[in-house]
Amino acid sequence: MSEETKEPNPVSVENSAPASSSSAIVAAAEAKAANPGPPSDSRPIEAAAPPLTGEKPAAAAKAPVAAEKSAAPAATKPVVPAAAKPAAAEPAKPAPPKPEAPKPEPWNCDLVCSLKAQYGSGIREASTYARQNCLVVDNSIALEILLRLRDDETFNYCVDITAVHYPKREVQFDIVYILYSFHKNERLRIKTQVRDGEHVRSVVAIWSTADWLEREVFDMFGIVFDEHPELKRILMPDDWQGHPLRKDYAILQQDAEWVQNNIGIESAQ
Amino acid sequence: MKELIQSDYKHAKNSESGAGVVDYLPPQSAQNRSGSGTPDYLDLDTKDQTFLDSTEMVLNMGPQHPSTHGVLRVILKLDGEKVLGTECVIGYLHRGVEKIAENRTYAMFNPYVDRMDYVAAVSNGLGYCETVEKLINAEVPARAQYIRVILTELCRIASHQVWLGTHALDIGALTPLFYCFRDREAILGIFEKYCGARLTTHAFRIGGCIYETYEGFEKECTDCCDTFLPKLDEYEELLTTNRIWVKRTKGVGILNAEDCIALGVTGPVLRASGVNWDLRKAQPYEAYKNFDFDIPTGLNGDTYDRYLVRIAEMRQSVRIIRQAVEGLPQGPIMAKVPKIPKPPAGEVYHSIEAPKGELGYFVVSDGSTQPYRVRVRPPSYVNLQALDKMVRGLLVADVVAVIGTLDIVLGEVDR
Repeated sequence: MSEETKEPNPVSVENSAPASSSSAIVAAAEAKAANPGPPSDSRPIEAAAPPLTGEKPAAAAKAPVAAEKSAAPAATKPVVPAAAKPAAAEPAKPAPPKPEAPKPEPWNCDLVCSLKAQYGSGIREASTYARQNCLVVDNSIALEILLRLRDDETFNYCVDITAVHYPKREVQFDIVYILYSFHKNERLRIKTQVRDGEHVRSVVAIWSTADWLEREVFDMFGIVFDEHPELKRILMPDDWQGHPLRKDYAILQQDAEWVQNNIGIESAQ
Repeated sequence: MKELIQSDYKHAKNSESGAGVVDYLPPQSAQNRSGSGTPDYLDLDTKDQTFLDSTEMVLNMGPQHPSTHGVLRVILKLDGEKVLGTECVIGYLHRGVEKIAENRTYAMFNPYVDRMDYVAAVSNGLGYCETVEKLINAEVPARAQYIRVILTELCRIASHQVWLGTHALDIGALTPLFYCFRDREAILGIFEKYCGARLTTHAFRIGGCIYETYEGFEKECTDCCDTFLPKLDEYEELLTTNRIWVKRTKGVGILNAEDCIALGVTGPVLRASGVNWDLRKAQPYEAYKNFDFDIPTGLNGDTYDRYLVRIAEMRQSVRIIRQAVEGLPQGPIMAKVPKIPKPPAGEVYHSIEAPKGELGYFVVSDGSTQPYRVRVRPPSYVNLQALDKMVRGLLVADVVAVIGTLDIVLGEVDR
C-alpha cells in the first residue's frame, strides 16, 4: 500500500505546496512513507526548512550531483514520473498553458480498509486529490460512519458542512462534510450523495456546530435534514421562495412577490 | 415547552404594564417553519422559572443596535436582566457571494472575497488565492510569499485594532477606540501605498502578487512595528489592570475547550480556552514555517483571556513582520499562471488562519474558467453560534461584551 501511495505523492506535493521548501516536504514524506497514516494535507515538517530559493534544494535532494542550474531540469526528469510535467517543478520555467491535472488517486489506508471490510459497498469511493483525502459513502450509513470517525478516529472537529448541486446527475446533490482531527493534524472529506427531495440525517447530535451549517444547506439547496432541532432558513428571509444555490436558480432570479410585499419596490435588481 | 410559551404569551398580553413587552413572539419564531412538532428554537432548554414568577420578557437587540457591530439581530429572552436564551437572526447583509462566484471567472471573483470580512480583506484574498493556486497547481515565488505574509500580518493587527477599539467602546471605555483607529492609520497607509486601496485591498492575485513593493516599503513596515509596540503598551496600560475592564470581562462568557471544539469555534476564542491550535503552525501555508513565533493561549476561556490572547497575537504578528521584512528575498513576484485560470476538474478545500479563526474555501472546478461551486467557511458565522451558549445566565450588559469578544463581522456572517 505504501508503494502505491508513495509514488505519486512527491509529485503532487512538489506541485501543489505553496511552501518554498517543497523538497523538505518530499524528503519528510518519503522518510515517513512507512508511516501507516494517510498523507495529510500538510504534515508537520520535521526537516529543517532550507532557504527560500526552492530550486537548488529541490535538485539537491533528488540528485546531489545536479548543482548546476542548467543540469537541474535534466536531473529532475528521471525522478519525476512520466505523468507529471517537469515544468511545474521549476517555478522559473513557463508553465504550459493547460496544466495537467493531478488525477485522483485511490486512497488506501488502514482506516479505509477497515471501513470497507465492515460496510462493503457502502463505501463508494476513497480517493486522494491534491493530497486531500475524500471518502464517498452511502447516505444510509453516513451518520454511523461520521459518529465512528469522531469517537474512534479522533475527527472531533467538524469544519464545514456544505452541498454541491449537479442537476445533470440522477443523484443530484453531494453533501460534503469536512472533518479535522486535532490529534492527527489531518483533514478528511466525507461525501454522501442524495437525490432531490431525499432527506439526510442531521449530525447536530454529533457536532453542535452542524446546527447552523445544516440550516444554511437547507436554506440554499432545500435539502431537508431529519432530526434537526429547528430546520428553518437562516440567511434568506423566512418566507422566501426558492433555494438560491441550486443550479436551476438563475443569477438574477428573485422572489418578486416577496420583494414587492416586503420592500415595496418593483424589483431588487 | 410549547404550552409554556403560549400561556406566557397570554400573560404578557394581559399585563397592562407591558411597556417593555413588545413583540413577545417575533414572527420568525412564532411560526414553526419546519412543520414538524419540534419545540420553538429559543425555548429549547428553558425549563427555568422566572424570579418571583415575573413575566418573561423578550427583547430585540438589533439589527440597528450599535453594539451588534452591524446588522445582527439577537432576540433575547429575559428574566429581569438575566438572559434565559437567545436567538440570532442573521442574513440582513446577505449578498449571495457564493452564487456570484459561480458566474464569474476565478480572477474576477477575487475582489468579491474582500467584501466578506471587510476589516481583514487581505486575509480573505490570501485564502482564496491559495485555494485556486492549489487547484491549478501553481507555486508562488518566495518573494511574493513574503510580501503576502507581511501584508496579512499587518492586516491581522489592523483587524485586532478594530476589535479592541469597538469592544472597549461597547463596554464603556471610549479612549481605546480613538487610539486604535489612530494607530490603524499607519497600516492602512501601507496598504494604500502598496495597492491603492485602504479597506478592500485586492492585494493579491492568483499566482502571487501583482504589485512590486514601493520604495521604502521595508522601512515603513519596520517603522510601523517600532511605533506600534509602545502604542500596544499604551492600550494595555489603559485596560489590562483597569478595575472596570477586569470586572466587566473576567469570568464573562466562558467557553471551555470541549465546547469550543464541538461548536467548531476557532481562532483567538479557541486559543483563549487553552487549545494551542493555529493553522499557521499546524498546517503552515505560505512562508510561515520560516518564521519564529509563538501561539498565545489562555486558561479560562473568558472574555478577559480572549482579550489577552489577541493582544499577545498582535505582538507575535509584529515579530513575524520583522522577520519577513528582514528576510524579504529578491526575485519574481508572480508565478507563471494563465491570465484566465482554467483549473482541471477537481475539488480542493484550503483554509488559513484569518484574524477571526479558520477561514476555509472549498472550491469545485468542472474544468471551465468559472468555478462550479465556491463555498466559504466563514469563521465569524461559525463562532457566532457559540453566542447562545456563552450568554445564558448572564446579564444583558454582558451580551454586549460577549458579542464584542467574539469579534464577528456581519459581512462575513451573512456573505
